[in-house]
Formats: sequence, C-alpha cells, structure tokens
Amino acid sequence: MTAYTLAEKILLRASGAASVRADDIVIAKVDLAMMHDSGGPRRVAPYLERLGATVWDPDKVVLVTDHYVPAVDPQSAAILSLTRRWAHENSIKRFHDMQGICHIVLQENAYLRPGMLVVGGDSHSPSGGAVGAFMVGIGATEMAGVLVTGEIWLRVPATISVEWTGALGAGVCAKDIMLALCRDLGQNNDYKAIEYSGSAIRAMPMAERFVLCNMSAELGAKAGMIAPDGTTLAEIRANGGIVDESALEWRSDPDATFERAVSFDASTLAPQVAAPHSPGNTRAVKSIGRVRIDQAYIGACTGAKLTDLHMAARVLSGKKVASSVRLLVAPASTRTTQIAAADGTLATLTAAGAILLPTGCGACAGYGAGVLGEGEVCISSTARNFKGRMGDPSSQVYLGSPFTVAASAVAGYVADPRDFLN
Amino acid sequence: MNAVNLEDLRGRAWVFGDNIDTDLLAPGHAMRKPLEELSRHCLEAIDPKFARTVQRGDFIVAGEGFGIGSSREQAAQALAYLGVGAVLARSPARIFYRNAINLGLPVVRFPDARLVKSGDTLAVDLVNGRVQNLTQGTEHAVEPVPAFLRDILLAGGLIPHLHARLHTLKPRA
Repeated sequence: MTAYTLAEKILLRASGAASVRADDIVIAKVDLAMMHDSGGPRRVAPYLERLGATVWDPDKVVLVTDHYVPAVDPQSAAILSLTRRWAHENSIKRFHDMQGICHIVLQENAYLRPGMLVVGGDSHSPSGGAVGAFMVGIGATEMAGVLVTGEIWLRVPATISVEWTGALGAGVCAKDIMLALCRDLGQNNDYKAIEYSGSAIRAMPMAERFVLCNMSAELGAKAGMIAPDGTTLAEIRANGGIVDESALEWRSDPDATFERAVSFDASTLAPQVAAPHSPGNTRAVKSIGRVRIDQAYIGACTGAKLTDLHMAARVLSGKKVASSVRLLVAPASTRTTQIAAADGTLATLTAAGAILLPTGCGACAGYGAGVLGEGEVCISSTARNFKGRMGDPSSQVYLGSPFTVAASAVAGYVADPRDFLN
Repeated sequence: MNAVNLEDLRGRAWVFGDNIDTDLLAPGHAMRKPLEELSRHCLEAIDPKFARTVQRGDFIVAGEGFGIGSSREQAAQALAYLGVGAVLARSPARIFYRNAINLGLPVVRFPDARLVKSGDTLAVDLVNGRVQNLTQGTEHAVEPVPAFLRDILLAGGLIPHLHARLHTLKPRA
C-alpha cells in the first residue's frame, strides 16, 4: 500500500483520484469556503452576476466581516453593507458580522475538522491546518470559481516535516518558533505543505498550534498542518463541534515521503524579534541592541487571541507602560474580549495603561485604527512587517511575541520578556 | 479583451529584487479605493515613478518571492490595469501566481531574471518557454505555461473562461 502524507491523504479523498503524489494536479471538491469583507462579496458578487450563477452550496460558505470593521469612512461602510446584503440574499447562515477575525471565527465555531479541504479568501488561511485540515488561501476571482463550481484545481504539495523536540522555556512561545523558522527555512517555501510535530508542539494548546499554521503563510507555504490528537478533539467539542475518535486517523503514514525533515530543540530557543522589513529578518531579542519604540501593538489573528492577551497580562501585571509608548490592544474576537473581561485580563492590561481597540484586522494590514506615522517605530504581535504595511512607508515594524511586545511597552525599547515576567 | 499572442509578447523590463510583497503592490491605505486610484500607488514605496511611466506591454522582472504576503488580488490587478504584459520572476509567490493567471496576467518562473537590466527590451514566448533579450542579444529559458492555464489566459482570465464553460456545457434558459 502507498504511504501518504496528511496533505496527500486529504487531497486524495477530496479529488476522488485513485492515487496522488506530490506535483500532481487534481481537481478537488471543497468542503468549506471562507471569505471576508475585503475579498468577499464586494469582489465576487459582480463575477457571479456576470456568470449568471448562484452559490453552489450556501451551507458550505462562511462569511466574516473583519477587515473594514468598524467602518471608518463612507467607503468602508458601503463595503460592509454590501457584505451584509449579499449574505442575506444568498442565504449564508454562517455569516459572522463583527464577531472576530475570520480565522479565529472558524475555530470558535468548530467549523473545521481533521481531514477537511477548505479554501479561504485570505493569505493566513493555512491557520485552519492546526486541526489537521488542509486549508489554502486563494484570491477573489478564484473564490468566485469555487462558489460557482464547488471545486478547485490544486497541485499536490510536497511536505516539509518540522519537528520541535523538548519544551519551550518561560516567556517563549509559538510566535518565537515561527520567527526563528522564517529566518531558518526562509520565506520562499512555495507550494509546500509544512507539517509540525514533536513534544513541544504536542504540549501546546490549540491557540498556540494555530500560530504555527497561521505564520506558515510567512514561510511561503501553501498549507501548515498538525496531525490531530486529544487536544484537537477536546477543543472542537468544547466549541460545540461533533467529532469522533476516527478523526485521529488523519495523520501522515509512518513511512510517508517528506521532501525534507528538520528538527529543532525548543528548550534552547530564546525570545525572537524580526526587524524591518521582513518576518525572516529575525534574531534573539537579547542581541538586537537598544531599539526605542513609539507604539506597541497586540492585535490580529496571529497575536491577539485569549492566550496572547494572557501572555501580555503576565508581563504587565502591576507594571506601567512607559510614558513614551502607546500600547494598543485589539482582541481577535468578541468572545476573546468577553472572556478576557470576565477573567480580569482586560483589567490588568488597562491598569498598566493599554488602550483597547475594536476587534478586527485593524492596523495589522494598515486598514484600521493604530496605523503608524512618518518614521515611527512599532513592535507588534502581528505576522508581517513589510515596508509601509502598518502605515507610512518610512515607519519601522518589529515583530515579537505578545510577551515581548508587552515587555517592550514597559521598557520603552525592544526588551526580552524574561526580565519582566511576574 | 484584446487578443494576446502568448508566443510573442514584447516590451521593456522593469527589474525589481526579491520578496516584492503585496503591500508594496497594493498598499493597505488604498485598498478601499477604486482600482484606477489604487493602481497609482502600485510600488510607490520603492519606485514612485513606476505607476506613472510603465508602458503597455512592459514586463516585471523580479527575484524570489514576487507577490508574497496577502491574498489581495488587487496586487495582480493593479499591474494588469497599468498594462504590464507579464511577470517574469525567479519564484512567484503561490497566491499571487494564481490570482494573476485568474485575472489574465501571465506569470512565469524565470531562473535567469538576474541577468536582465531595467530598460532591456524582451521578446517572450510563454508557450515554448523562451525569453530573448533583444538589448543584450541573449536568450534564456523559462518554464512554459501549462496548456490548461494558457486556456484561462487566452480567455482573458478565469471568469470569462468559466463563462464559456458554463454556457457551453449547459446553456441557461
């Protein structure tokens, strides 16, 4: 019997092919299509109209408003009202209006299961692989094609196996792993699936595993994936999903062929920071020197989940943000805000001087509140620090974990969180 | 849609380096603007004169990771709107590649991209996988565009391609 990787197994099932191997092109049936207000209805609706076609299966569509929320001008308000109207007219039941960032909404509503083939109209779609699904990012025209046909052509990716053995130290987290990988594996792993394994990964809660798959986009990967285990099934069930133990069979066969296998020791990893203007421009925080900051930003799908706010609170408890710094926090979902309010996290953050912003993609993509002015320096828990992405082309963005962002906010310069942990 | 001859595209080269990302191609601050206005900001952070002076049929020649980052297809759409004839990159980023083809903008892997200088005149054959540098008098191989993607390009993109498919297979009442 042929041995398959997890990615190959899912594409084998979804395509109905007799066999698949890396580099084959398959036409696959899509189990779920997710889109948001930026790449969604405002761009796909005219295409559907032109084709005289309707959505192939409205129950397999998830629509989220997160990029232009809350509206800041008449143009963004118009995009949002168009999105709402389209959801209604097309009977999209899984429409989540201003409830959170799309990738978080998918997890919170248990829409994803091991073994599913999912397309997302957003480049951080590899996030969905955290549950053992194959989720791939596509653009709006391609989404229109999926909405009409329920199918997509895909090249079966070769898989790179990335193992993290040992255990992460205090003040070090999944974000540090990904910043280190952006440097060590580079950002041009195009058309590859990355599968994460090892004791450090198994020990992670789903929200941390999510970060690994989420930032696989920064490695240039097509998909990031983690084989499901007890933690995966427990999370799906806690979010109201129904899944049985057979889902654990969605894993790479022991003798599957990987293009490459690399292994790292988590116990030696120190907090990392990526300097402008690339997520791969990474070094240990300790070796960056004194980088003064104007803004610290905790936001986006990558860095403002409940676990991320908890990390920030562990650093900020009983401390104050430096007077020269503004610390902005935009929780990744309304549920995150709700729980963080109930468990005292928001009180800790705001007592330290954090300013709460609305839930949404916000300043990460330069759309919402918190963008940067000329020459300003920011440390951010987000995933990308491309030139000009968060504001003025002359602004400088450093990427770090929520621990590191919080520590830097207190210090006034990029700082190692291990010196600030409570 | 004007017919393109994928065997003989001609234009001048605009040479860029590695990892030209989607935020450079379609800046966030312009994303809610109409395409015409958005396109004026294409690559402004690294080459303010590009959007003003690029000519119809010109080529983008770039290094690794061209179009990395966001899935926003305005990155490809802005280039197409400005008249770019094709993108020739050592490694085009995956989503950008699909978006561009779906919008009718040819993209190919071009291993020798570094040998081209800005302003060189190129003749590109995407069917047989050949780039002639008419300025330098050299010839280079590129990965030919697969036949089923050429069909999408020749139709003018995925939507016209689907239109033809849907309305041929099952004519609507």
